[in-house]
Amino acid sequence: MAATSTRYILICSGKGGVGKTTLTANLGIALAKQGARTAVLDADFGLRNLDLLLGLENRIVYTAQEVLAETCRLEQALVKHKQEPNLALLPAGNPRMLEWLQPDDMRKIAAMLGEHFDYVLIDAPAGIEGGFRNAMAAAREAIVVTTPEVSAVRDADRVIGLLNSEGVKPIQLVLNRVRPKMMANQEMLGVSDVTDILALPLLGLVLEDEQVIVSTNRGEPLTLTGNSSPAGRAYTNVARRLQGEEVPLIDPSRERQGLRATIGRLMQTKIF
Amino acid sequence: MTLLDVINKLLGRQPASANTAKQRLQLVLAHDRSDLNPELLQQMRREILEVVSRYVEIDFEEGDVTLETEDRVTALVANLPIRRAKLPAPAPIPEPTLENELSS
Repeated sequence: MAATSTRYILICSGKGGVGKTTLTANLGIALAKQGARTAVLDADFGLRNLDLLLGLENRIVYTAQEVLAETCRLEQALVKHKQEPNLALLPAGNPRMLEWLQPDDMRKIAAMLGEHFDYVLIDAPAGIEGGFRNAMAAAREAIVVTTPEVSAVRDADRVIGLLNSEGVKPIQLVLNRVRPKMMANQEMLGVSDVTDILALPLLGLVLEDEQVIVSTNRGEPLTLTGNSSPAGRAYTNVARRLQGEEVPLIDPSRERQGLRATIGRLMQTKIF
Repeated sequence: MTLLDVINKLLGRQPASANTAKQRLQLVLAHDRSDLNPELLQQMRREILEVVSRYVEIDFEEGDVTLETEDRVTALVANLPIRRAKLPAPAPIPEPTLENELSS
Protein backbone atom coordinates (compact mmCIF):
# COMPACT_ATOMS: atom_id res chain seq x y z
CA MET A 1 0.00 0.00 0.00
CA ALA A 2 1.26 3.44 -0.92
CA ALA A 3 2.13 5.03 2.38
CA THR A 4 3.53 8.10 0.67
CA SER A 5 0.14 9.28 -0.53
CA THR A 6 -1.38 9.10 2.94
CA ARG A 7 -2.38 12.48 4.32
CA TYR A 8 -1.61 13.08 7.99
CA ILE A 9 -3.83 15.93 9.13
CA LEU A 10 -3.73 17.52 12.55
CA ILE A 11 -7.00 19.02 13.80
CA CYS A 12 -6.22 21.66 16.39
CA SER A 13 -7.42 24.96 17.86
CA GLY A 14 -5.47 25.97 20.93
CA LYS A 15 -8.60 26.87 22.86
CA GLY A 16 -10.81 24.07 24.13
CA GLY A 17 -14.46 23.65 23.28
CA VAL A 18 -14.42 25.21 19.82
CA GLY A 19 -15.23 21.97 18.00
CA LYS A 20 -12.03 20.03 17.24
CA THR A 21 -13.38 16.65 18.21
CA THR A 22 -16.76 17.25 16.57
CA LEU A 23 -14.97 18.19 13.34
CA THR A 24 -12.68 15.15 13.56
CA ALA A 25 -15.63 12.78 14.04
CA ASN A 26 -17.74 14.28 11.27
CA LEU A 27 -14.85 14.66 8.86
CA GLY A 28 -13.73 11.08 9.52
CA ILE A 29 -17.18 9.70 8.75
CA ALA A 30 -17.63 11.95 5.70
CA LEU A 31 -14.27 10.93 4.20
CA ALA A 32 -15.02 7.26 4.87
CA LYS A 33 -18.41 7.62 3.18
CA GLN A 34 -16.68 9.15 0.15
CA GLY A 35 -14.65 5.96 -0.10
CA ALA A 36 -11.40 7.06 1.55
CA ARG A 37 -9.89 4.68 4.09
CA THR A 38 -9.68 6.90 7.14
CA ALA A 39 -8.16 6.51 10.59
CA VAL A 40 -8.93 8.93 13.40
CA LEU A 41 -6.26 9.09 16.08
CA ASP A 42 -7.35 10.53 19.40
CA ALA A 43 -4.19 12.27 20.59
CA ASP A 44 -6.01 13.73 23.57
CA PHE A 45 -5.45 10.75 25.81
CA GLY A 46 -5.86 12.63 29.07
CA LEU A 47 -9.38 13.70 28.23
CA ARG A 48 -10.42 11.57 25.29
CA ASN A 49 -13.85 12.06 23.78
CA LEU A 50 -13.60 11.09 20.14
CA ASP A 51 -14.80 7.57 21.03
CA LEU A 52 -17.93 9.05 22.59
CA LEU A 53 -18.79 11.28 19.62
CA LEU A 54 -18.38 8.33 17.24
CA GLY A 55 -20.45 6.03 19.45
CA LEU A 56 -17.48 3.67 19.93
CA GLU A 57 -16.88 4.18 23.65
CA ASN A 58 -17.79 0.62 24.60
CA ARG A 59 -15.60 -1.05 22.03
CA ILE A 60 -12.14 0.17 22.98
CA VAL A 61 -9.90 -2.59 24.28
CA TYR A 62 -6.38 -1.53 23.38
CA THR A 63 -4.71 1.79 22.58
CA ALA A 64 -1.65 2.95 20.64
CA GLN A 65 0.37 2.42 23.81
CA GLU A 66 -0.20 -1.34 23.75
CA VAL A 67 0.61 -1.40 20.03
CA LEU A 68 3.92 0.41 20.67
CA ALA A 69 4.71 -1.89 23.58
CA GLU A 70 3.93 -4.80 21.23
CA THR A 71 1.41 -6.32 23.61
CA CYS A 72 -1.09 -6.29 20.73
CA ARG A 73 -1.16 -5.86 16.98
CA LEU A 74 -2.34 -2.64 15.31
CA GLU A 75 -5.37 -4.47 13.87
CA GLN A 76 -6.48 -5.44 17.37
CA ALA A 77 -6.30 -1.90 18.68
CA LEU A 78 -8.17 -0.32 15.75
CA VAL A 79 -11.88 0.08 16.43
CA LYS A 80 -13.79 -0.24 13.18
CA HIS A 81 -16.98 1.76 12.83
CA LYS A 82 -19.96 -0.57 12.35
CA GLN A 83 -21.94 1.39 9.78
CA GLU A 84 -18.91 2.90 8.10
CA PRO A 85 -16.21 0.20 7.89
CA ASN A 86 -13.84 2.56 6.03
CA LEU A 87 -13.39 4.40 9.32
CA ALA A 88 -11.32 3.21 12.27
CA LEU A 89 -10.57 4.83 15.59
CA LEU A 90 -7.32 4.50 17.47
CA PRO A 91 -7.05 6.07 20.91
CA ALA A 92 -3.47 7.17 21.58
CA GLY A 93 -3.62 6.10 25.20
CA ASN A 94 -5.72 5.88 28.28
CA PRO A 95 -5.88 8.46 31.03
CA ARG A 96 -4.13 6.17 33.53
CA MET A 97 -0.93 6.14 31.50
CA LEU A 98 -0.27 9.87 31.29
CA GLU A 99 3.20 11.10 30.28
CA TRP A 100 3.98 7.93 28.50
CA LEU A 101 3.98 8.88 24.83
CA GLN A 102 6.68 10.98 23.21
CA PRO A 103 6.69 12.76 19.83
CA ASP A 104 8.66 9.85 18.36
CA ASP A 105 6.00 7.39 19.50
CA MET A 106 3.34 9.46 17.76
CA ARG A 107 5.41 9.50 14.57
CA LYS A 108 5.75 5.71 14.74
CA ILE A 109 2.04 5.16 15.25
CA ALA A 110 1.13 7.57 12.43
CA ALA A 111 3.51 5.78 10.08
CA MET A 112 1.93 2.42 10.99
CA LEU A 113 -1.52 3.80 10.27
CA GLY A 114 -0.26 5.26 7.00
CA GLU A 115 0.32 1.75 5.67
CA HIS A 116 -3.38 0.96 5.87
CA PHE A 117 -5.17 4.29 5.40
CA ASP A 118 -5.52 7.17 2.95
CA TYR A 119 -6.22 9.69 5.69
CA VAL A 120 -4.92 9.86 9.24
CA LEU A 121 -6.81 12.53 11.19
CA ILE A 122 -5.17 13.46 14.46
CA ASP A 123 -7.44 15.04 17.07
CA ALA A 124 -5.12 17.32 19.08
CA PRO A 125 -5.69 18.18 22.72
CA ALA A 126 -6.42 21.78 23.67
CA GLY A 127 -3.44 23.88 24.70
CA ILE A 128 0.02 24.26 23.23
CA GLU A 129 2.01 22.12 25.65
CA GLY A 130 3.38 18.59 25.54
CA GLY A 131 0.19 16.85 24.42
CA PHE A 132 -0.23 19.23 21.53
CA ARG A 133 3.41 18.90 20.50
CA ASN A 134 3.07 15.11 20.53
CA ALA A 135 0.06 15.33 18.27
CA MET A 136 1.80 17.81 15.97
CA ALA A 137 4.78 15.47 15.57
CA ALA A 138 2.55 12.94 13.79
CA ALA A 139 1.15 15.44 11.27
CA ARG A 140 2.23 16.84 7.92
CA GLU A 141 -0.64 19.29 7.41
CA ALA A 142 -3.19 20.91 9.69
CA ILE A 143 -6.71 22.16 10.01
CA VAL A 144 -7.13 24.94 12.57
CA VAL A 145 -10.63 25.21 14.03
CA THR A 146 -11.76 28.49 15.52
CA THR A 147 -14.94 30.39 16.32
CA PRO A 148 -15.55 34.10 15.65
CA GLU A 149 -14.61 35.05 19.21
CA VAL A 150 -11.58 37.02 20.34
CA SER A 151 -10.23 34.34 22.70
CA ALA A 152 -10.56 31.52 20.16
CA VAL A 153 -8.93 33.59 17.39
CA ARG A 154 -6.07 34.64 19.65
CA ASP A 155 -5.37 31.04 20.67
CA ALA A 156 -5.63 29.89 17.05
CA ASP A 157 -2.97 32.46 16.20
CA ARG A 158 -0.58 30.99 18.77
CA VAL A 159 -1.12 27.51 17.37
CA ILE A 160 -0.54 28.72 13.79
CA GLY A 161 2.76 30.23 14.95
CA LEU A 162 3.85 26.84 16.33
CA LEU A 163 2.71 24.97 13.21
CA ASN A 164 4.65 27.42 11.03
CA SER A 165 7.82 26.98 13.05
CA GLU A 166 7.52 23.17 12.77
CA GLY A 167 7.01 23.40 9.01
CA VAL A 168 3.52 21.87 9.07
CA LYS A 169 1.74 22.86 5.86
CA PRO A 170 -0.67 23.52 4.33
CA ILE A 171 -2.61 24.95 7.23
CA GLN A 172 -6.28 25.57 6.53
CA LEU A 173 -9.01 27.16 8.58
CA VAL A 174 -12.46 25.96 9.61
CA LEU A 175 -14.62 28.69 11.10
CA ASN A 176 -17.08 27.05 13.45
CA ARG A 177 -20.28 28.11 15.19
CA VAL A 178 -20.99 31.06 12.94
CA ARG A 179 -24.18 32.95 13.80
CA PRO A 180 -25.38 34.70 10.63
CA LYS A 181 -27.79 36.97 12.50
CA MET A 182 -25.13 38.28 14.87
CA MET A 183 -22.73 38.74 11.96
CA ALA A 184 -25.39 40.70 10.08
CA ASN A 185 -25.81 42.96 13.11
CA GLN A 186 -22.02 43.34 13.25
CA GLU A 187 -22.04 41.96 16.76
CA MET A 188 -19.74 39.07 15.78
CA LEU A 189 -16.39 39.05 13.98
CA GLY A 190 -17.04 38.64 10.27
CA VAL A 191 -15.65 35.79 8.16
CA SER A 192 -13.17 38.06 6.40
CA ASP A 193 -12.13 39.63 9.73
CA VAL A 194 -11.01 36.21 10.95
CA THR A 195 -9.37 35.10 7.70
CA ASP A 196 -7.56 38.45 7.38
CA ILE A 197 -6.23 38.28 10.92
CA LEU A 198 -5.10 34.66 10.76
CA ALA A 199 -4.06 34.84 7.09
CA LEU A 200 -5.21 31.29 6.33
CA PRO A 201 -7.31 29.92 3.48
CA LEU A 202 -10.83 28.98 4.53
CA LEU A 203 -11.55 25.26 4.23
CA GLY A 204 -15.00 25.41 5.77
CA LEU A 205 -17.64 27.54 7.38
CA VAL A 206 -19.96 25.86 9.86
CA LEU A 207 -23.08 27.55 11.18
CA GLU A 208 -24.11 27.27 14.81
CA ASP A 209 -26.49 24.31 14.80
CA GLU A 210 -28.44 22.63 17.62
CA GLN A 211 -28.36 19.37 15.68
CA VAL A 212 -24.68 19.04 16.62
CA ILE A 213 -25.66 18.54 20.26
CA VAL A 214 -28.41 16.08 19.32
CA SER A 215 -25.93 14.06 17.27
CA THR A 216 -23.35 13.95 20.07
CA ASN A 217 -26.07 12.77 22.48
CA ARG A 218 -26.64 9.80 20.18
CA GLY A 219 -23.00 9.17 19.26
CA GLU A 220 -23.94 9.45 15.60
CA PRO A 221 -22.08 12.23 13.75
CA LEU A 222 -24.28 14.34 11.47
CA THR A 223 -22.38 13.16 8.40
CA LEU A 224 -23.21 9.53 9.24
CA THR A 225 -26.98 9.80 9.14
CA GLY A 226 -27.02 11.95 6.00
CA ASN A 227 -28.63 14.62 8.15
CA SER A 228 -29.15 17.65 5.96
CA SER A 229 -28.79 20.14 8.81
CA PRO A 230 -26.56 23.16 8.07
CA ALA A 231 -23.64 21.82 10.13
CA GLY A 232 -23.91 18.34 8.60
CA ARG A 233 -23.75 19.81 5.10
CA ALA A 234 -20.80 22.01 6.07
CA TYR A 235 -18.79 19.05 7.43
CA THR A 236 -19.49 17.00 4.31
CA ASN A 237 -18.29 19.94 2.20
CA VAL A 238 -15.08 20.20 4.22
CA ALA A 239 -14.39 16.55 3.37
CA ARG A 240 -15.10 17.15 -0.32
CA ARG A 241 -12.76 20.15 -0.41
CA LEU A 242 -10.03 18.11 1.30
CA GLN A 243 -10.40 15.55 -1.49
CA GLY A 244 -9.73 18.32 -4.00
CA GLU A 245 -13.30 19.01 -5.10
CA GLU A 246 -14.30 22.63 -5.69
CA VAL A 247 -17.28 23.34 -3.45
CA PRO A 248 -18.32 26.97 -3.00
CA LEU A 249 -18.42 28.28 0.57
CA ILE A 250 -21.73 29.43 1.95
CA ASP A 251 -22.27 33.14 2.46
CA PRO A 252 -23.61 33.61 6.01
CA SER A 253 -25.46 36.77 4.98
CA ARG A 254 -27.37 34.80 2.29
CA GLU A 255 -28.40 32.12 4.76
CA ARG A 256 -31.20 34.30 6.09
CA GLN A 257 -34.11 35.38 3.98
CA GLY A 258 -36.76 38.04 4.31
CA LEU A 259 -36.90 41.75 4.91
CA ARG A 260 -34.80 41.78 8.10
CA ALA A 261 -31.97 39.96 6.36
CA THR A 262 -32.10 42.39 3.45
CA ILE A 263 -31.93 45.32 5.85
CA GLY A 264 -29.05 43.61 7.65
CA ARG A 265 -27.11 43.34 4.39
CA LEU A 266 -27.84 46.99 3.62
CA MET A 267 -26.50 47.97 7.04
CA GLN A 268 -23.14 46.35 6.23
CA THR A 269 -22.61 48.70 3.29
CA LYS A 270 -19.37 50.54 3.75
CA ILE A 271 -19.92 54.29 3.64
CA PHE A 272 -16.30 55.38 4.06
CA MET B 1 -17.47 52.74 8.71
CA THR B 2 -20.67 50.99 7.72
CA LEU B 3 -24.22 52.29 7.39
CA LEU B 4 -25.08 50.69 10.73
CA ASP B 5 -22.22 52.54 12.43
CA VAL B 6 -23.52 55.84 11.05
CA ILE B 7 -27.06 55.17 12.27
CA ASN B 8 -25.79 54.09 15.70
CA LYS B 9 -23.76 57.26 15.92
CA LEU B 10 -26.70 59.46 14.93
CA LEU B 11 -28.88 57.78 17.56
CA GLY B 12 -26.16 58.05 20.18
CA ARG B 13 -26.05 54.27 20.58
CA GLN B 14 -22.95 52.21 21.29
CA PRO B 15 -21.31 51.09 18.04
CA ALA B 16 -21.63 47.41 17.10
CA SER B 17 -19.03 45.29 18.86
CA ALA B 18 -17.52 43.37 15.94
CA ASN B 19 -15.25 46.23 14.96
CA THR B 20 -14.10 46.69 18.57
CA ALA B 21 -13.31 42.96 18.67
CA LYS B 22 -11.26 43.19 15.51
CA GLN B 23 -9.26 46.18 16.68
CA ARG B 24 -8.55 44.65 20.10
CA LEU B 25 -7.51 41.39 18.48
CA GLN B 26 -5.15 43.07 16.03
CA LEU B 27 -3.46 44.91 18.85
CA VAL B 28 -3.10 41.93 21.16
CA LEU B 29 -1.86 39.71 18.32
CA ALA B 30 0.76 42.24 17.28
CA HIS B 31 2.12 41.98 20.82
CA ASP B 32 1.75 38.19 21.01
CA ARG B 33 3.55 37.70 17.72
CA SER B 34 6.43 40.05 18.46
CA ASP B 35 6.94 38.77 22.01
CA LEU B 36 7.39 42.37 23.14
CA ASN B 37 5.81 43.14 26.46
CA PRO B 38 4.11 46.52 26.91
CA GLU B 39 6.89 47.87 29.15
CA LEU B 40 9.60 47.05 26.64
CA LEU B 41 7.53 48.64 23.89
CA GLN B 42 7.02 51.73 26.04
CA GLN B 43 10.75 51.99 26.64
CA MET B 44 11.50 51.57 22.96
CA ARG B 45 8.90 54.24 22.15
CA ARG B 46 10.56 56.67 24.59
CA GLU B 47 13.99 56.06 23.16
CA ILE B 48 12.84 56.42 19.57
CA LEU B 49 11.15 59.72 20.38
CA GLU B 50 14.28 60.84 22.17
CA VAL B 51 16.52 60.09 19.20
CA VAL B 52 14.17 61.65 16.67
CA SER B 53 13.66 64.80 18.75
CA ARG B 54 17.41 65.40 18.66
CA TYR B 55 17.05 66.16 14.97
CA VAL B 56 13.54 67.50 14.57
CA GLU B 57 10.94 69.04 16.82
CA ILE B 58 8.10 66.53 17.00
CA ASP B 59 4.54 66.86 18.15
CA PHE B 60 4.51 64.57 21.21
CA GLU B 61 0.74 64.78 21.57
CA GLU B 62 0.12 63.48 18.06
CA GLY B 63 3.12 61.19 17.83
CA ASP B 64 2.70 57.45 18.17
CA VAL B 65 4.84 54.33 17.91
CA THR B 66 2.78 51.17 17.56
CA LEU B 67 2.96 47.59 16.42
CA GLU B 68 0.81 46.74 13.45
CA THR B 69 0.26 43.42 11.86
CA GLU B 70 -0.87 42.33 8.45
CA ASP B 71 -0.64 38.93 6.79
CA ARG B 72 1.17 37.61 9.85
CA VAL B 73 3.95 40.16 9.43
CA THR B 74 4.36 42.53 12.34
CA ALA B 75 5.73 45.99 11.72
CA LEU B 76 6.78 48.79 14.01
CA VAL B 77 4.99 51.88 12.80
CA ALA B 78 6.11 55.29 13.97
CA ASN B 79 3.87 58.21 13.17
CA LEU B 80 5.73 61.34 14.28
CA PRO B 81 4.41 64.66 13.01
CA ILE B 82 7.31 67.07 12.63
CA ARG B 83 6.73 70.66 13.78
CA ARG B 84 9.98 71.88 12.26
CA ALA B 85 13.54 70.84 11.81
CA LYS B 86 15.84 71.83 14.61
CA LEU B 87 18.23 74.59 13.64
CA PRO B 88 21.08 74.58 13.93
CA ALA B 89 21.54 70.88 13.33
CA PRO B 90 23.21 69.01 16.20
CA ALA B 91 26.96 69.43 16.16
CA PRO B 92 28.38 66.69 13.98
CA ILE B 93 31.32 64.68 15.12
CA PRO B 94 34.31 66.73 13.88
CA GLU B 95 35.80 65.08 10.90
CA PRO B 96 39.53 65.38 10.36
CA THR B 97 40.06 68.28 8.00
CA LEU B 98 43.17 69.33 6.23
CA GLU B 99 43.78 72.11 8.72
CA ASN B 100 43.48 69.80 11.70
CA GLU B 101 45.81 67.36 10.11
CA LEU B 102 48.37 70.07 9.51
CA SER B 103 48.19 71.61 12.99
CA SER B 104 48.58 68.31 14.74
